[in-house]
Amino acid sequence: MLDKIKQFASEFFVTGDPLILGAQVSIGLSLVAILFVLTFFKKWRWLWTEWLTSVDHKKIGIMYIIASILMLFRGGVDALLMRVQLAAPQLEFLNPEHYNAIFTTHGVIMILFMAMPLMFGLFNIVVPLQIGARDVAFPFLNSLSFWMFFFGAMLFNVSFIIGGSPDAGWLAYPPLSELSGSPGLGQDFYIWGIQISGIGSLATGINFVVTILKMRAPGMKLMQMPMFVWSVLSSCITIMFAFPILTVTLFLLFIDRYLGAHFFTLDGGGNPMMYINLIWMWGHPEVYIVILPAFGIFSEVVSAFSKKKLFGYKSMVFALMSISFFSFFTWAHHFFTMGSGANVNAFFALTTMLIAIPTGVKVFNWLFTMYRGRLSFPTPMMWTIAFIPCFVIGGMTGVLLSVAPADFQFHNSYFLIAHFHQVLIGGVVFGYFAGLYYWWPKMFGFRLHEGLGKWAFWFWNIGFYVCFMPQYALGLMGMTRRFNAYDFDMGWQPLNVVSTVGAFLMGMAFIFQVWQIAHSIRFFKKEKDGDAWDGRTLEWSIPSPAPLYNFARLPQVTSQDEWWEEKQRIANGQPAKPLSKLEPIHMPKNSGIPFIMSLCWFVAGFGFVWDWLWMAIPGLIGVAICMLVRSFSYDTDYYIPVDEIERTEAALRGTK
Amino acid sequence: MAHAVSNPAGAHGGHGDGHHEEHHDQESMKMFGFWLFLITDVILFGTLFATFVVLRLNTDGGPTGAELLEMNGIIISTFILLTSSFTSGIAVLEMNKGNKRGLILWLAITALLGASFIFLEVNEFIHLVHEGANIGTSAYWSAFFVLVGTHGLHVSVGLVWMIALMIQLGRRGISPVTKRKVSIVSLYWHFLDVVWIFVFTIVYLMGVM
Repeated sequence: MLDKIKQFASEFFVTGDPLILGAQVSIGLSLVAILFVLTFFKKWRWLWTEWLTSVDHKKIGIMYIIASILMLFRGGVDALLMRVQLAAPQLEFLNPEHYNAIFTTHGVIMILFMAMPLMFGLFNIVVPLQIGARDVAFPFLNSLSFWMFFFGAMLFNVSFIIGGSPDAGWLAYPPLSELSGSPGLGQDFYIWGIQISGIGSLATGINFVVTILKMRAPGMKLMQMPMFVWSVLSSCITIMFAFPILTVTLFLLFIDRYLGAHFFTLDGGGNPMMYINLIWMWGHPEVYIVILPAFGIFSEVVSAFSKKKLFGYKSMVFALMSISFFSFFTWAHHFFTMGSGANVNAFFALTTMLIAIPTGVKVFNWLFTMYRGRLSFPTPMMWTIAFIPCFVIGGMTGVLLSVAPADFQFHNSYFLIAHFHQVLIGGVVFGYFAGLYYWWPKMFGFRLHEGLGKWAFWFWNIGFYVCFMPQYALGLMGMTRRFNAYDFDMGWQPLNVVSTVGAFLMGMAFIFQVWQIAHSIRFFKKEKDGDAWDGRTLEWSIPSPAPLYNFARLPQVTSQDEWWEEKQRIANGQPAKPLSKLEPIHMPKNSGIPFIMSLCWFVAGFGFVWDWLWMAIPGLIGVAICMLVRSFSYDTDYYIPVDEIERTEAALRGTK
Repeated sequence: MAHAVSNPAGAHGGHGDGHHEEHHDQESMKMFGFWLFLITDVILFGTLFATFVVLRLNTDGGPTGAELLEMNGIIISTFILLTSSFTSGIAVLEMNKGNKRGLILWLAITALLGASFIFLEVNEFIHLVHEGANIGTSAYWSAFFVLVGTHGLHVSVGLVWMIALMIQLGRRGISPVTKRKVSIVSLYWHFLDVVWIFVFTIVYLMGVM
C-alpha cells in the first residue's frame, strides 16, 4: 500500500530537480499561510461574497490585474533563469529539458496569462466608466470569463510541480507536440490550460463589443468615444474572429493526442504545417489584440498630459480598425521558410509592410498632440514618451523581418527574439504600465508614489535596451533561439553577459514597482476629488474609487472629451447642467455559478490531462449542471433604492 | 426625492416605464450578443471546414469517403433537420401569437426531429467504424469525424437547451425573458441547419462525386 502511494506520488509530482523542489516547498508553505490567514481573521465569507462571487466590473478588473502581476513574476523568473543559463558558454545551470520547459512556459505565461489578463483588467475597470455605463453588457458572463481565465492559468501553472511542464515551445508546433514527440503530460496541461482560459477570452471579446455598441451614455456618438474605447472595440472584434481558430486548433491537437487522430501527425496523412498555419492565424491577430489597447492608452495619456484634444481623431480610428482588419492577412510571415513559394511569400511580405503604415500614422498623431501642448511628465506620460522611440525601432526591425528573402537569414535567430520583445515590452508592457499608473487612483482611490515609480521607470528602460540591443547583434552573428548552451569559440559570450545584466536590471525594476505599491499603501494618500490628473473623459467625473453603480445619474454627452468640456464651461461661468432626479438603479446580483463552473472546467481539464475519466466526466457534468442552474434562475437582478444612492453619494463626495 | 422611494408604484409615468424599458434593452442586448456569438461559431466551423478541405485527399491508402459514405441515410437525415428548422419557425410564430401550448408542442416536435437526426448520425458513425473507418484511420477520417461530430455535438446541446426551455415555458409562460430565450434557441437551430447544408455539400455530395 505504502509502496503504491510512493509510486503514485513519484509520478504525480515533478521530482528530482532542486529548483522545483524549492518551488514546491515554497508554494506549499504559502498555501498554508494563505489558508491560515483567511481562517484566523475569519475572512472566508468576505472573500466569497465580496470577491469570488462579485459581478462588479471594477472588482473583476482588480482581480485580473492581481493575477497578471503574479504571472508577470513567474514569467519574469523564467526569463531570469534563462538569462543566467546563457551568461556563459556551456553552463550547466539548467539541464536541456528544464531549459525547454522554461522558454515554453515563459512565452505562454507572458502572452496569455500576463498580457491578456492585464489588458482585460484595464478593459473592465475603464471601459464602462469611460462610456458612462453602470456595468458591462453581461456581468455574469464577465465574471465567468475571469474565472475561466483564472482556472485555466492555474491548470497551466500547476504543471510545473505536478505532472511536468510543457516543453514544445510556446506555440507547441507538431510533430514535436504530438504524442510521438511529447509523450509527457506537460503538453496536455498546455492544451487544457489555454483552452479553458481561451473560452473566457472569447466571451470577454463578445461582452465588450456589446457593451461599447449598446451601453454608451445618452448622446455619446461612436465618433465621440474616448480613443481607449475605440481601441478596445478594435481589439475585441479581433478577439471574436481570432479566438475560435485557437479553440479549434488546440482541440484538434488534443484529439490527435487523446484519440490517436491524424490531423498534424507525420503518419496517417496528417499535415503538421496545417497546425502552424492555423495557430498563426490566431497568433498573429493575437499580438495585435494585445497591442491595440496599448495604443488606446497612449492616446488617452498623451492627450491628458498635453492638455489638448487628441490630434487626428478620425485617422486614429481608421488606423485602429485597419490594423485589426489587416492583422488577419499577415500570418504566413511567421514561416516564410515553409516553402510555399514566391507568390505566397510576396503577398504576406506586402501585407506585413502595409500594416506598418497605420501604426506610423498613430505615432505622428501622438507627436502632433504633444506639439504646442502644455506638457507635464508624471509617470504615465514618461512611459508614453519612452514607448515612442522604442516601438519605432521595434517596428522598423519588424519591417526588416517582413522582407521575405532577408527573413531566411533572420528566421528563428536572436534578431527575431530582440524584435518581438521590443514591440511586446516597448509597446504592450510600457502601454499597460502607463495605463496602470494613469488609472491607479481611479481603481483604488489613492495615488502611487511618483519618485519610486520613476526609479522603476529608469530601471525598466535602461534594462530593456541593455538586455535586447545586444540580441539583435547576436542574431546577426548566428545565434538561434531556444539554445541552452553555446561553445566557447562562437564569440557570443560578451554580448550575452550584457544581455543578462539588462534582464536583471528589469528584475530590479519590478522590485521597485512592488516597493512603490507597498510604500503607497503604507503611506496612504487618499484621492479626494476623483479627478486625479485633471482628466478629460467621463471616468474622472465620478469619485475614486467609483461607487458600485458608477454613475448616480447617467451623464448626458454632447461632445468628445465631455468631462473636460464640462469643466471648461463651468470655468467660463456657464451654468452647470441641471441635475436630473435620482432613480432606483438596476443592478445584477452576485453569483457563485461562474466560480463553481470554472472550477468544474478545471476538474474536467485535470481529468483529461491524466486520462482519468472518473474525474473528467463528473467535471463536465458539473459544467452542464451549472449552465442549467443559471438558465433556470430568473431572479438575477435588483434595484438600488434612491435613498441608498443619496447616502452613498453624500459620503463619497463629502457634500450635503 | 425621498417620496419617490416611499411611493415607488406612484411614479407610474416615471420609472414604471423605466423598468420596462430597461428589461427590453436587456433582452435586445442579449439577442445582439447571441448574434455575435454566432459569428464566432461561424469562424469555428470555418476552421474545421478548412481543415477538412486541406486533408480531404489524405486517406493514407485506406478507405475513402466515396467508398463508405451512404447517401440515402444522409439525405433522410438532411430532410429531418431541414423540417426541424421549419417546425422551430412555427414554434416562434405560435409564440408571437401568444399560444403557449402551441409553442411547447412545436418545440417538442422540433426536439424530436433533432433527436432522430442525432440517432441517425450515431448509427452512421457506428456503421463506419464497423466498415473500418474510425478517427485514427487517416487524416481524412479524423477531419470527417471531427467536423460532422462537432455539428452533432452542437445539435445535442441544442436539444438539452430546448428541453430546459420547454420546462421553463411550462412554469412561467410567455414573458419577455422566455420570449427572448425561445428566439435565441431558434436562431441557433436555424444556424445549425445552415451549417449542415455546408456539411452535406462539402463532406457528402463532393465526397461521393
